[in-house]
Amino acid sequence: MGAATPIAYVRSRPAERRRPPVSARGPFAWLRQNLFSTPFNAVLTIVAMMALAWLVPPVIRFLLIDAVWVGADREACLAGPDGREVGACWPFVRERIFYFIYGSYPLGERWRVDLFFALFAFGAGWLLWLEAPRRTLGAAYFFVVLPIASFILLSGWPAVGLARVDTALWGGLLVTVVVAAVGIVLSLPLGIVLALGRRSKMPIVKFFSVAFIEFVRGVPLITVLFMASVMLPLFVPPAWSPDKLMRALVGVTVFSAAYMAEVVRAGLAAIPRGQFEAAQALGLSYGRMMRLIVLPQALRITIPNIVNSTVALFKDTTLVFFVGIFDFLRTIEVARADPKWATPVTSATGYAFAALFYFVCCWSMSLYARRLERRLSAGQGR
Amino acid sequence: MAETNGTGQGDPRDLAPIAVEIRRLDKWFGDFQVLADIDLTVKRGERIVICGPSGSGKSTLLRCINALEPFQAGELIVDGIKLTHDLKRIDEVRREVGMVFQQFNLFPHLTVLENCTLAPMHVRKVPKAQAEEAARLYLKRVRIPEQADKYPAQLSGGQQQRVAIARALCMNPKIMLFDEPTSALDPEMVKEVLDAMIELAQTGMTMLVVSHEMGFARQVANRVVFMDFGQIVEINEPNEFFAHPRHERTKLFLSQILK
Repeated sequence: MGAATPIAYVRSRPAERRRPPVSARGPFAWLRQNLFSTPFNAVLTIVAMMALAWLVPPVIRFLLIDAVWVGADREACLAGPDGREVGACWPFVRERIFYFIYGSYPLGERWRVDLFFALFAFGAGWLLWLEAPRRTLGAAYFFVVLPIASFILLSGWPAVGLARVDTALWGGLLVTVVVAAVGIVLSLPLGIVLALGRRSKMPIVKFFSVAFIEFVRGVPLITVLFMASVMLPLFVPPAWSPDKLMRALVGVTVFSAAYMAEVVRAGLAAIPRGQFEAAQALGLSYGRMMRLIVLPQALRITIPNIVNSTVALFKDTTLVFFVGIFDFLRTIEVARADPKWATPVTSATGYAFAALFYFVCCWSMSLYARRLERRLSAGQGR
Repeated sequence: MAETNGTGQGDPRDLAPIAVEIRRLDKWFGDFQVLADIDLTVKRGERIVICGPSGSGKSTLLRCINALEPFQAGELIVDGIKLTHDLKRIDEVRREVGMVFQQFNLFPHLTVLENCTLAPMHVRKVPKAQAEEAARLYLKRVRIPEQADKYPAQLSGGQQQRVAIARALCMNPKIMLFDEPTSALDPEMVKEVLDAMIELAQTGMTMLVVSHEMGFARQVANRVVFMDFGQIVEINEPNEFFAHPRHERTKLFLSQILK
């Protein structure tokens, strides 16, 4: 930089590029920036560490270290004569695991449930794996073929040699998956219709959509379930009277559709007005504009929220317990009362197993949603 | 670039000498009158540049022509079709009128080629292969044939706006509306878009352009319309308009933008 002119400046050679200073790199810098950046942050870090130190070891001791791993009945899980403390009673879970999975589904027919799980996993994988080929076909499979096939497979169709299995016998994981899957598969299209209705310029359509959404959202799920199981039979002819599970499915679907509608509405609201105008200016009708331009974009940005709703719905399925359906949690509830396994730790073991199961399921869904969110926010057009 | 705009040669409406006729048009947003007593007749093949201060109603007027905005009084005849609140006729009009927006408004989830073929395939029911062929032709005309398979977000602003022009042209419109097509662009990209518009003008397209690009107005426009407070203040052919503005408001406006 010459001293010739104090005002004008012309760079004579490029600025040298250097590594960042030590204070800005390495693990020490990371600790300082993230855990001890301010006194308040430092206090939070220390308190959190102490809480972890207090909570985690007893849990690990109960679940793993003091746990009983083998045994044939309650004797194995009782405190020994030496007064040794006993942790989780895993033989209990191992013995009842098939009950937790199939409920009272007839032994000889359980392959049908296994096949259903496989078909379901295949469809879900096809949809969730974003690079999968023919994803439109995958959606058709998941939303049309799978529900029909599953219904025939699980409840039976004597004409093709599948014996009828009353839904009262269904239970455990099977019911949890069925309720969650039906809730999702039906509530998404229903939610889209409701969301479009809510944004409609036609006052009647708008009124009914808003009324439905607000009413259902203003009522706890358990109330919707009771209403579905008590009131639904009043509306349909007795011959058609839906069984218990069907009533619960209607309740869950209605409930999650209202929430899905709000999720989709948020996605629709995020689409700039210019997209609507460009579609209109090209002469697209309302239906084509929504189907080809608006919904694909709105749903794409809504996927993380849809997955989050799925997580919520998955946990809410435990409430079908109260209308007499044997979902996963209910089967544990039933099994823990079995005198064969009556020990002081049986209930804790059962609930711990349930907690682990729900946590693993929901956490993996959340992880997926988060990964998806990152990918989508990275911008379109890869 | 001298070939005429392809289709509809046999359509008797093509012979109609008037493309857009606006008579005593009034429009309100609530109680606020945004357009007042607008009278404007645009002949086929004519190129009109509309300018004026912001809020003067020029974009609103343009958006009335393809019914993106309703109006409350007066008459609007576009390509022989009288615009009312009848939805069917609105669709007819929109098919014949192409529009280019300030913010491009390309569809981000579709490739450039899909942006261009979507409306011809779904509105005009053109077969896919034919629609793609036409799209590639128009993309070549706006000089970005090599971008056909990219997504809009991968293009520069100038390229996006040229795609928007190609997308509108793929519908074979008889009239093209441009709503401040270069206002959202980086200065370096204005020229490429204006060039595409100039070439389009040379094909004989009827164009209504809201713009402050006075160089473009001088070079391309048959007439310049100056608007203020929702009214048309002055209309003249460009040389006269710039050299001898007659209305005081026009003089003030021009003195401010042509420093």
